[in-house]
Amino acid sequence: MTDQTPITAKDDTTSAVLVQNLHKNFGDLEVLKGVSLDAHQGDVVSIIGASGSGKSTFLRCINLLELPSAGDIIVAGEAVRFHPPRPDGNREPSDKRQVERLRTQLGMVFQSFNLWAHMTVMQNVIEAPVHVLKIPKAEARDRAEAILERVGLIDKRDQYPAFLSGGQQQRAAIARALAMEPKVMLFDEPTSALDPELVGEVLRVIQDLAEERRTMILVTHEMAFARDVSSHVMFLHQGLVEEEGTPEQVFTNATSERCRAFVQTVGR
Amino acid sequence: MDWSWLPEYGPKFIGGIWITIQLMVYSLIMGMSLAVPIGLVQVAGPRVLSWLALAFCTVIRGTPLLIQLWLIYYGIGSLFPYMEGIRESWLWPILREAFPYAIFAFTISVAGYAGEVMRAGFAGVPKGELEAARAMGMRPFTVLRRIWLPRAVQNVMPTLANECVFTLKSTPLAATITVFDVFGVGTMVRQETYKIYEPLLFVAGIYILMTGVIVLLFRWLENRVPRPRVSSGA
Repeated sequence: MTDQTPITAKDDTTSAVLVQNLHKNFGDLEVLKGVSLDAHQGDVVSIIGASGSGKSTFLRCINLLELPSAGDIIVAGEAVRFHPPRPDGNREPSDKRQVERLRTQLGMVFQSFNLWAHMTVMQNVIEAPVHVLKIPKAEARDRAEAILERVGLIDKRDQYPAFLSGGQQQRAAIARALAMEPKVMLFDEPTSALDPELVGEVLRVIQDLAEERRTMILVTHEMAFARDVSSHVMFLHQGLVEEEGTPEQVFTNATSERCRAFVQTVGR
Repeated sequence: MDWSWLPEYGPKFIGGIWITIQLMVYSLIMGMSLAVPIGLVQVAGPRVLSWLALAFCTVIRGTPLLIQLWLIYYGIGSLFPYMEGIRESWLWPILREAFPYAIFAFTISVAGYAGEVMRAGFAGVPKGELEAARAMGMRPFTVLRRIWLPRAVQNVMPTLANECVFTLKSTPLAATITVFDVFGVGTMVRQETYKIYEPLLFVAGIYILMTGVIVLLFRWLENRVPRPRVSSGA
Protein backbone atom coordinates (compact mmCIF):
# COMPACT_ATOMS: atom_id res chain seq x y z
CA MET A 1 0.00 0.00 0.00
CA THR A 2 1.38 3.38 -0.95
CA ASP A 3 1.45 5.96 1.81
CA GLN A 4 1.33 9.54 0.66
CA THR A 5 0.65 11.00 4.10
CA PRO A 6 2.97 11.01 7.10
CA ILE A 7 0.47 9.25 9.35
CA THR A 8 2.73 6.24 9.82
CA ALA A 9 4.71 8.29 12.31
CA LYS A 10 1.82 8.14 14.76
CA ASP A 11 1.04 5.22 17.03
CA ASP A 12 -1.83 3.24 15.49
CA THR A 13 -3.18 1.95 18.76
CA THR A 14 -4.23 5.42 19.87
CA SER A 15 -6.15 6.09 16.66
CA ALA A 16 -9.89 5.83 17.09
CA VAL A 17 -10.30 5.83 13.33
CA LEU A 18 -7.46 5.47 10.87
CA VAL A 19 -8.15 5.60 7.15
CA GLN A 20 -5.32 5.13 4.71
CA ASN A 21 -5.30 6.01 1.05
CA LEU A 22 -9.02 5.44 0.45
CA HIS A 23 -10.28 5.14 -3.11
CA LYS A 24 -13.88 4.86 -4.25
CA ASN A 25 -15.44 4.48 -7.70
CA PHE A 26 -18.98 4.98 -8.86
CA GLY A 27 -18.81 3.22 -12.18
CA ASP A 28 -16.06 4.93 -14.18
CA LEU A 29 -16.10 7.95 -11.91
CA GLU A 30 -13.45 7.96 -9.21
CA VAL A 31 -14.90 10.10 -6.42
CA LEU A 32 -12.16 9.42 -3.87
CA LYS A 33 -8.60 9.28 -5.12
CA GLY A 34 -6.64 8.39 -2.03
CA VAL A 35 -7.87 10.14 1.09
CA SER A 36 -6.36 9.46 4.51
CA LEU A 37 -7.48 10.46 7.96
CA ASP A 38 -6.25 9.78 11.44
CA ALA A 39 -8.60 10.64 14.28
CA HIS A 40 -7.22 10.07 17.75
CA GLN A 41 -9.21 9.81 20.93
CA GLY A 42 -10.73 13.23 21.61
CA ASP A 43 -10.08 14.65 18.15
CA VAL A 44 -12.74 16.62 16.31
CA VAL A 45 -12.04 16.37 12.59
CA SER A 46 -14.08 18.54 10.25
CA ILE A 47 -14.26 17.75 6.57
CA ILE A 48 -15.22 20.66 4.34
CA GLY A 49 -15.42 21.12 0.60
CA ALA A 50 -17.80 21.87 -2.24
CA SER A 51 -20.61 19.44 -3.01
CA GLY A 52 -19.25 16.67 -5.18
CA SER A 53 -15.84 16.85 -3.52
CA GLY A 54 -16.41 13.38 -2.04
CA LYS A 55 -16.62 14.39 1.62
CA SER A 56 -19.90 12.60 2.37
CA THR A 57 -18.82 9.55 0.43
CA PHE A 58 -15.61 9.46 2.44
CA LEU A 59 -17.54 9.59 5.71
CA ARG A 60 -19.93 6.89 4.52
CA CYS A 61 -17.00 4.64 3.59
CA ILE A 62 -15.78 4.73 7.19
CA ASN A 63 -18.78 2.72 8.42
CA LEU A 64 -19.06 0.81 5.14
CA LEU A 65 -22.34 2.30 3.99
CA GLU A 66 -20.34 2.81 0.80
CA LEU A 67 -17.84 0.20 -0.31
CA PRO A 68 -14.35 1.54 -1.00
CA SER A 69 -12.37 0.24 -3.95
CA ALA A 70 -8.99 0.50 -2.26
CA GLY A 71 -7.39 1.61 0.98
CA ASP A 72 -7.49 0.60 4.62
CA ILE A 73 -10.05 1.39 7.30
CA ILE A 74 -8.96 0.73 10.87
CA VAL A 75 -11.44 1.29 13.68
CA ALA A 76 -10.06 1.14 17.22
CA GLY A 77 -7.04 -0.79 15.99
CA GLU A 78 -9.09 -3.34 14.02
CA ALA A 79 -8.66 -3.32 10.24
CA VAL A 80 -11.73 -4.02 8.10
CA ARG A 81 -11.17 -7.17 6.06
CA PHE A 82 -12.19 -7.09 2.41
CA HIS A 83 -12.85 -9.52 -0.42
CA PRO A 84 -10.95 -8.95 -3.67
CA PRO A 85 -12.55 -6.18 -5.78
CA ARG A 86 -15.84 -6.88 -7.58
CA PRO A 87 -16.18 -6.26 -11.33
CA ASP A 88 -17.23 -2.65 -10.60
CA GLY A 89 -13.97 -2.15 -8.69
CA ASN A 90 -15.45 -1.84 -5.19
CA ARG A 91 -14.73 -4.33 -2.46
CA GLU A 92 -17.24 -6.17 -0.26
CA PRO A 93 -16.17 -6.70 3.34
CA SER A 94 -15.33 -10.38 3.82
CA ASP A 95 -16.63 -10.56 7.37
CA LYS A 96 -20.17 -9.17 7.76
CA ARG A 97 -20.13 -9.78 11.52
CA GLN A 98 -16.97 -7.72 11.83
CA VAL A 99 -18.61 -4.83 9.98
CA GLU A 100 -21.70 -5.04 12.21
CA ARG A 101 -19.47 -5.04 15.30
CA LEU A 102 -17.41 -2.06 14.10
CA ARG A 103 -20.56 -0.12 13.21
CA THR A 104 -21.71 -0.31 16.83
CA GLN A 105 -18.60 1.74 17.66
CA LEU A 106 -19.31 4.36 15.01
CA GLY A 107 -22.36 6.48 15.82
CA MET A 108 -23.75 7.93 12.60
CA VAL A 109 -25.88 11.07 12.32
CA PHE A 110 -27.44 11.70 8.90
CA GLN A 111 -28.39 14.86 7.09
CA SER A 112 -32.01 13.73 6.84
CA PHE A 113 -32.20 12.43 10.47
CA ASN A 114 -33.56 9.02 9.39
CA LEU A 115 -35.42 8.41 12.62
CA TRP A 116 -37.64 5.33 12.50
CA ALA A 117 -41.08 6.78 11.96
CA HIS A 118 -43.01 3.91 13.55
CA MET A 119 -41.29 4.39 16.90
CA THR A 120 -41.39 7.06 19.57
CA VAL A 121 -38.26 9.02 20.41
CA MET A 122 -37.62 6.71 23.36
CA GLN A 123 -38.13 3.59 21.23
CA ASN A 124 -35.75 5.00 18.62
CA VAL A 125 -33.08 5.57 21.24
CA ILE A 126 -33.31 2.15 22.95
CA GLU A 127 -33.83 0.12 19.74
CA ALA A 128 -30.23 -0.65 18.86
CA PRO A 129 -28.94 -0.95 22.44
CA VAL A 130 -31.64 -3.55 23.10
CA HIS A 131 -31.62 -5.43 19.79
CA VAL A 132 -27.96 -5.12 18.82
CA LEU A 133 -26.04 -4.79 22.09
CA LYS A 134 -28.64 -6.94 23.93
CA ILE A 135 -28.80 -4.57 26.89
CA PRO A 136 -31.81 -5.19 29.17
CA LYS A 137 -34.68 -2.88 28.29
CA ALA A 138 -34.93 -1.23 31.71
CA GLU A 139 -31.23 -0.40 31.71
CA ALA A 140 -31.38 0.92 28.14
CA ARG A 141 -34.32 3.09 29.12
CA ASP A 142 -32.47 4.56 32.10
CA ARG A 143 -29.50 5.39 29.92
CA ALA A 144 -31.74 6.80 27.20
CA GLU A 145 -33.41 9.13 29.70
CA ALA A 146 -30.06 10.55 30.75
CA ILE A 147 -29.09 11.10 27.10
CA LEU A 148 -32.43 12.66 26.18
CA GLU A 149 -32.06 14.95 29.17
CA ARG A 150 -28.72 16.11 27.79
CA VAL A 151 -30.02 16.86 24.30
CA GLY A 152 -33.05 18.60 25.79
CA LEU A 153 -35.70 16.16 24.59
CA ILE A 154 -36.76 14.40 27.76
CA ASP A 155 -40.27 15.86 27.51
CA LYS A 156 -40.57 14.58 23.93
CA ARG A 157 -39.61 10.99 24.70
CA ASP A 158 -43.07 9.58 23.94
CA GLN A 159 -43.62 11.60 20.77
CA TYR A 160 -43.37 10.17 17.27
CA PRO A 161 -40.79 11.79 14.95
CA ALA A 162 -43.47 13.23 12.64
CA PHE A 163 -44.56 15.51 15.49
CA LEU A 164 -41.10 17.00 16.07
CA SER A 165 -39.38 19.94 14.41
CA GLY A 166 -36.32 19.27 12.27
CA GLY A 167 -34.01 20.44 15.03
CA GLN A 168 -35.70 18.17 17.55
CA GLN A 169 -35.55 15.24 15.15
CA GLN A 170 -31.84 15.74 14.62
CA ARG A 171 -31.21 15.97 18.37
CA ALA A 172 -33.18 12.74 18.78
CA ALA A 173 -31.02 11.17 16.08
CA ILE A 174 -27.89 12.28 17.94
CA ALA A 175 -29.32 10.75 21.12
CA ARG A 176 -30.00 7.53 19.23
CA ALA A 177 -26.37 7.38 18.08
CA LEU A 178 -25.02 8.28 21.54
CA ALA A 179 -27.05 5.51 23.17
CA MET A 180 -24.71 2.95 21.59
CA GLU A 181 -21.83 4.58 23.47
CA PRO A 182 -19.77 4.65 20.29
CA LYS A 183 -16.05 5.30 20.24
CA VAL A 184 -16.46 7.80 17.41
CA MET A 185 -19.36 9.93 16.23
CA LEU A 186 -19.79 10.51 12.48
CA PHE A 187 -21.85 13.51 11.40
CA ASP A 188 -22.92 13.78 7.75
CA GLU A 189 -23.96 17.41 7.21
CA PRO A 190 -26.13 17.34 10.34
CA THR A 191 -27.59 20.81 9.86
CA SER A 192 -27.96 20.99 6.07
CA ALA A 193 -31.61 19.91 6.04
CA LEU A 194 -32.64 22.32 8.80
CA ASP A 195 -34.37 25.67 8.69
CA PRO A 196 -31.83 28.37 9.61
CA GLU A 197 -33.44 29.13 12.97
CA LEU A 198 -33.10 25.46 14.01
CA VAL A 199 -29.42 25.06 13.17
CA GLY A 200 -28.22 26.59 16.45
CA GLU A 201 -29.89 24.06 18.76
CA VAL A 202 -28.24 21.16 16.92
CA LEU A 203 -24.82 22.80 16.77
CA ARG A 204 -25.00 23.47 20.51
CA VAL A 205 -25.49 19.75 21.17
CA ILE A 206 -22.55 18.87 18.93
CA GLN A 207 -20.43 21.54 20.61
CA ASP A 208 -21.23 20.03 24.02
CA LEU A 209 -19.99 16.69 22.76
CA ALA A 210 -16.81 18.29 21.46
CA GLU A 211 -16.21 19.95 24.80
CA GLU A 212 -16.37 16.66 26.63
CA ARG A 213 -13.63 15.46 24.27
CA ARG A 214 -15.71 12.99 22.32
CA THR A 215 -14.03 11.76 19.15
CA MET A 216 -15.95 13.10 16.17
CA ILE A 217 -15.68 13.27 12.40
CA LEU A 218 -17.89 15.93 10.96
CA VAL A 219 -18.82 16.73 7.39
CA THR A 220 -20.23 20.24 7.43
CA HIS A 221 -20.95 23.46 5.60
CA GLU A 222 -20.98 25.46 8.83
CA MET A 223 -17.55 27.08 8.50
CA ALA A 224 -17.68 29.20 11.63
CA PHE A 225 -18.70 26.16 13.63
CA ALA A 226 -16.00 23.94 12.11
CA ARG A 227 -13.46 26.60 12.98
CA ASP A 228 -14.65 26.76 16.59
CA VAL A 229 -14.94 23.10 17.51
CA SER A 230 -12.39 21.31 15.34
CA SER A 231 -8.96 20.13 16.30
CA HIS A 232 -8.23 19.30 12.67
CA VAL A 233 -9.81 20.44 9.39
CA MET A 234 -9.63 18.74 5.99
CA PHE A 235 -10.55 20.52 2.77
CA LEU A 236 -11.50 18.05 0.04
CA HIS A 237 -11.47 18.89 -3.63
CA GLN A 238 -12.35 16.40 -6.37
CA GLY A 239 -11.64 13.38 -4.24
CA LEU A 240 -8.33 14.55 -2.83
CA VAL A 241 -7.24 16.34 0.34
CA GLU A 242 -6.31 19.78 -0.98
CA GLU A 243 -5.54 21.37 2.37
CA GLU A 244 -5.51 20.19 5.96
CA GLY A 245 -4.31 21.22 9.36
CA THR A 246 -5.45 23.18 12.37
CA PRO A 247 -8.50 25.42 11.91
CA GLU A 248 -6.18 28.48 11.80
CA GLN A 249 -4.10 26.93 9.07
CA VAL A 250 -7.04 26.02 6.86
CA PHE A 251 -9.21 29.05 7.52
CA THR A 252 -6.58 31.82 7.58
CA ASN A 253 -3.29 30.54 6.20
CA ALA A 254 -4.33 28.08 3.51
CA THR A 255 -1.67 27.46 0.90
CA SER A 256 -4.22 26.28 -1.61
CA GLU A 257 -5.81 29.09 -3.59
CA ARG A 258 -8.97 27.01 -4.03
CA CYS A 259 -9.27 26.44 -0.30
CA ARG A 260 -8.94 30.15 0.44
CA ALA A 261 -11.59 30.98 -2.14
CA PHE A 262 -13.94 28.31 -0.80
CA VAL A 263 -13.57 29.40 2.80
CA GLN A 264 -14.20 33.00 1.84
CA THR A 265 -17.33 32.40 -0.25
CA VAL A 266 -18.94 29.87 2.09
CA GLY A 267 -17.50 31.31 5.28
CA ARG A 268 -19.93 34.05 6.08
CA MET B 1 -91.87 -9.19 5.79
CA ASP B 2 -91.98 -12.49 7.56
CA TRP B 3 -89.20 -13.35 10.03
CA SER B 4 -90.93 -16.31 11.67
CA TRP B 5 -88.31 -18.70 10.24
CA LEU B 6 -85.50 -16.99 12.12
CA PRO B 7 -85.71 -18.79 15.51
CA GLU B 8 -85.70 -22.17 13.81
CA TYR B 9 -82.60 -21.45 11.74
CA GLY B 10 -80.76 -19.38 14.36
CA PRO B 11 -78.37 -22.16 15.41
CA LYS B 12 -77.56 -22.95 11.76
CA PHE B 13 -76.69 -19.30 11.15
CA ILE B 14 -74.40 -19.27 14.14
CA GLY B 15 -72.63 -22.29 12.67
CA GLY B 16 -72.47 -20.52 9.30
CA ILE B 17 -71.01 -17.37 10.82
CA TRP B 18 -68.38 -19.46 12.53
CA ILE B 19 -67.45 -21.13 9.21
CA THR B 20 -67.27 -17.71 7.50
CA ILE B 21 -64.99 -16.37 10.25
CA GLN B 22 -62.75 -19.42 9.97
CA LEU B 23 -62.57 -19.12 6.17
CA MET B 24 -61.56 -15.48 6.48
CA VAL B 25 -59.16 -15.69 9.42
CA TYR B 26 -57.28 -18.81 8.27
CA SER B 27 -56.88 -17.50 4.71
CA LEU B 28 -55.76 -14.09 5.95
CA ILE B 29 -53.20 -15.48 8.37
CA MET B 30 -51.72 -17.95 5.89
CA GLY B 31 -52.09 -15.62 2.91
CA MET B 32 -50.35 -12.74 4.70
CA SER B 33 -47.50 -14.99 5.83
CA LEU B 34 -46.95 -15.79 2.15
CA ALA B 35 -47.46 -12.18 1.07
CA VAL B 36 -44.51 -10.94 3.14
CA PRO B 37 -41.85 -13.01 1.34
CA ILE B 38 -43.65 -12.54 -2.01
CA GLY B 39 -43.50 -8.77 -1.58
CA LEU B 40 -39.96 -8.78 -0.19
CA VAL B 41 -38.29 -10.81 -2.94
CA GLN B 42 -39.74 -8.47 -5.54
CA VAL B 43 -37.98 -5.55 -3.87
CA ALA B 44 -34.78 -7.13 -2.60
CA GLY B 45 -34.62 -10.74 -3.74
CA PRO B 46 -32.58 -12.52 -6.38
CA ARG B 47 -33.91 -11.99 -9.90
CA VAL B 48 -35.29 -15.53 -10.31
CA LEU B 49 -37.37 -15.35 -7.13
CA SER B 50 -38.49 -11.84 -7.93
CA TRP B 51 -39.67 -12.98 -11.35
CA LEU B 52 -41.48 -16.01 -9.90
CA ALA B 53 -43.25 -13.84 -7.33
CA LEU B 54 -44.32 -11.38 -10.00
CA ALA B 55 -45.62 -14.22 -12.18
CA PHE B 56 -47.57 -15.67 -9.24
CA CYS B 57 -49.17 -12.32 -8.40
CA THR B 58 -50.06 -11.71 -12.05
CA VAL B 59 -51.73 -15.10 -12.50
CA ILE B 60 -53.66 -14.91 -9.23
CA ARG B 61 -54.81 -11.36 -9.80
CA GLY B 62 -55.51 -11.98 -13.46
CA THR B 63 -57.98 -14.84 -13.05
CA PRO B 64 -61.38 -14.90 -11.31
CA LEU B 65 -61.35 -16.35 -7.82
CA LEU B 66 -64.37 -18.51 -8.68
CA ILE B 67 -62.42 -20.23 -11.45
CA GLN B 68 -59.43 -20.78 -9.15
CA LEU B 69 -61.70 -22.25 -6.51
CA TRP B 70 -63.40 -24.63 -8.95
CA LEU B 71 -60.13 -25.68 -10.56
CA ILE B 72 -58.73 -26.48 -7.14
CA TYR B 73 -61.80 -28.29 -5.79
CA TYR B 74 -63.31 -29.98 -8.86
CA GLY B 75 -59.99 -30.25 -10.67
CA ILE B 76 -57.21 -31.09 -8.24
CA GLY B 77 -59.64 -32.35 -5.61
CA SER B 78 -61.09 -34.93 -7.97
CA LEU B 79 -57.67 -36.41 -8.72
CA PHE B 80 -56.90 -37.40 -5.14
CA PRO B 81 -59.38 -40.30 -4.85
CA TYR B 82 -57.59 -42.08 -7.70
CA MET B 83 -54.23 -41.97 -5.96
CA GLU B 84 -53.03 -45.29 -4.64
CA GLY B 85 -53.64 -45.78 -0.92
CA ILE B 86 -54.83 -42.26 -0.29
CA ARG B 87 -58.15 -43.35 1.17
CA GLU B 88 -56.29 -45.26 3.89
CA SER B 89 -53.89 -42.40 4.69
CA TRP B 90 -54.28 -39.81 7.46
CA LEU B 91 -54.73 -37.13 4.78
CA TRP B 92 -58.00 -38.53 3.51
CA PRO B 93 -60.31 -37.05 6.18
CA ILE B 94 -58.90 -33.65 5.19
CA LEU B 95 -58.87 -34.17 1.42
CA ARG B 96 -62.45 -35.38 1.17
CA GLU B 97 -63.83 -32.22 2.81
CA ALA B 98 -64.55 -29.09 0.76
CA PHE B 99 -63.44 -26.70 3.51
CA PRO B 100 -59.65 -27.21 3.09
CA TYR B 101 -59.91 -26.54 -0.66
CA ALA B 102 -61.73 -23.28 0.04
CA ILE B 103 -59.05 -22.27 2.56
CA PHE B 104 -56.33 -23.12 0.04
CA ALA B 105 -57.96 -21.12 -2.77
CA PHE B 106 -58.57 -18.08 -0.55
CA THR B 107 -55.05 -18.29 0.88
CA ILE B 108 -53.33 -18.09 -2.51
CA SER B 109 -55.73 -15.32 -3.49
CA VAL B 110 -54.79 -13.28 -0.41
CA ALA B 111 -51.11 -14.08 -1.06
CA GLY B 112 -51.38 -12.79 -4.63
CA TYR B 113 -53.14 -9.55 -3.84
CA ALA B 114 -51.45 -8.78 -0.52
CA GLY B 115 -48.08 -9.81 -2.01
CA GLU B 116 -48.43 -6.93 -4.42
CA VAL B 117 -49.51 -4.62 -1.60
CA MET B 118 -46.50 -5.64 0.51
CA ARG B 119 -44.17 -5.08 -2.45
CA ALA B 120 -45.32 -1.47 -2.55
CA GLY B 121 -45.10 -1.28 1.24
CA PHE B 122 -41.49 -2.49 1.35
CA ALA B 123 -40.49 -0.24 -1.55
CA GLY B 124 -42.07 2.76 0.16
CA VAL B 125 -39.92 2.68 3.30
CA PRO B 126 -37.38 5.52 3.09
CA LYS B 127 -33.95 4.16 2.26
CA GLY B 128 -32.41 6.36 4.95
CA GLU B 129 -34.30 4.60 7.72
CA LEU B 130 -32.90 1.25 6.61
CA GLU B 131 -29.46 2.77 6.28
CA ALA B 132 -29.69 4.14 9.81
CA ALA B 133 -30.55 0.65 11.03
CA ARG B 134 -27.55 -0.87 9.28
CA ALA B 135 -25.33 1.94 10.55
CA MET B 136 -26.28 0.96 14.11
CA GLY B 137 -24.85 -2.52 13.48
CA MET B 138 -28.13 -4.36 12.92
CA ARG B 139 -27.99 -7.64 11.06
CA PRO B 140 -30.07 -7.85 7.88
CA PHE B 141 -32.71 -10.01 9.57
CA THR B 142 -32.96 -7.62 12.52
CA VAL B 143 -33.38 -4.71 10.11
CA LEU B 144 -36.23 -6.61 8.43
CA ARG B 145 -37.92 -7.68 11.66
CA ARG B 146 -37.59 -4.46 13.61
CA ILE B 147 -37.62 -1.71 10.97
CA TRP B 148 -38.42 -2.71 7.40
CA LEU B 149 -41.43 -5.00 7.93
CA PRO B 150 -43.23 -2.91 10.58
CA ARG B 151 -42.67 0.26 8.54
CA ALA B 152 -43.92 -1.46 5.37
CA VAL B 153 -47.04 -2.72 7.13
CA GLN B 154 -47.64 0.74 8.56
CA ASN B 155 -47.39 2.19 5.04
CA VAL B 156 -50.05 -0.09 3.61
CA MET B 157 -52.35 -0.53 6.60
CA PRO B 158 -55.40 1.09 4.90
CA THR B 159 -54.90 -1.12 1.84
CA LEU B 160 -54.59 -4.20 4.02
CA ALA B 161 -57.85 -3.29 5.75
CA ASN B 162 -59.46 -3.23 2.34
CA GLU B 163 -57.86 -6.59 1.56
CA CYS B 164 -59.47 -8.11 4.66
CA VAL B 165 -62.91 -6.78 3.75
CA PHE B 166 -62.40 -8.04 0.21
CA THR B 167 -61.51 -11.49 1.54
CA LEU B 168 -64.61 -11.55 3.72
CA LYS B 169 -66.75 -10.72 0.70
CA SER B 170 -65.11 -13.53 -1.27
CA THR B 171 -65.98 -16.22 1.25
CA PRO B 172 -69.54 -16.80 -0.06
CA LEU B 173 -67.92 -18.40 -3.10
CA ALA B 174 -67.14 -21.33 -0.83
CA ALA B 175 -70.87 -22.11 -0.81
CA THR B 176 -70.49 -23.13 -4.47
CA ILE B 177 -68.31 -26.05 -3.40
CA THR B 178 -70.71 -27.20 -0.63
CA VAL B 179 -69.17 -25.33 2.31
CA PHE B 180 -71.97 -24.18 4.62
CA ASP B 181 -70.85 -20.68 5.46
CA VAL B 182 -73.32 -17.99 6.47
CA PHE B 183 -74.26 -17.43 2.83
CA GLY B 184 -74.77 -21.16 2.33
CA VAL B 185 -77.12 -21.26 5.31
CA GLY B 186 -79.04 -18.33 3.86
CA THR B 187 -79.42 -20.17 0.58
CA MET B 188 -80.68 -23.23 2.40
CA VAL B 189 -83.28 -21.11 4.22
CA ARG B 190 -84.47 -19.68 0.92
CA GLN B 191 -84.86 -23.12 -0.59
CA GLU B 192 -86.67 -24.59 2.38
CA THR B 193 -89.01 -21.66 3.23
CA TYR B 194 -89.54 -20.14 -0.24
CA LYS B 195 -88.72 -16.74 1.27
CA ILE B 196 -86.51 -14.68 -1.04
CA TYR B 197 -85.69 -11.32 0.47
CA GLU B 198 -85.71 -11.84 4.22
CA PRO B 199 -82.84 -14.38 4.30
CA LEU B 200 -80.83 -12.30 1.84
CA LEU B 201 -81.28 -9.14 3.91
CA PHE B 202 -80.42 -11.03 7.07
CA VAL B 203 -77.20 -12.41 5.53
CA ALA B 204 -76.31 -8.99 4.14
CA GLY B 205 -76.75 -7.50 7.62
CA ILE B 206 -74.36 -10.06 9.07
CA TYR B 207 -71.70 -9.16 6.48
CA ILE B 208 -72.11 -5.47 7.30
CA LEU B 209 -71.59 -6.17 11.00
CA MET B 210 -68.49 -8.25 10.30
CA THR B 211 -67.11 -5.56 8.01
CA GLY B 212 -67.71 -3.01 10.76
CA VAL B 213 -65.63 -5.09 13.16
CA ILE B 214 -62.76 -5.28 10.63
CA VAL B 215 -62.88 -1.54 9.98
CA LEU B 216 -62.83 -0.73 13.71
CA LEU B 217 -59.98 -3.16 14.32
CA PHE B 218 -57.84 -1.57 11.61
CA ARG B 219 -58.69 1.94 12.75
CA TRP B 220 -57.37 0.99 16.15
CA LEU B 221 -54.23 -0.53 14.62
CA GLU B 222 -53.60 2.53 12.45
CA ASN B 223 -54.05 4.92 15.37
CA ARG B 224 -51.44 3.15 17.45
CA VAL B 225 -48.89 5.24 15.54
CA PRO B 226 -50.43 8.71 15.37
CA ARG B 227 -49.82 10.94 12.36
CA PRO B 228 -50.01 14.69 12.19
CA ARG B 229 -53.35 15.75 10.70
CA VAL B 230 -51.70 18.19 8.32
CA SER B 231 -48.61 16.84 6.59
CA SER B 232 -45.64 18.66 8.06
CA GLY B 233 -42.83 19.65 5.74
CA ALA B 234 -40.12 17.34 7.01
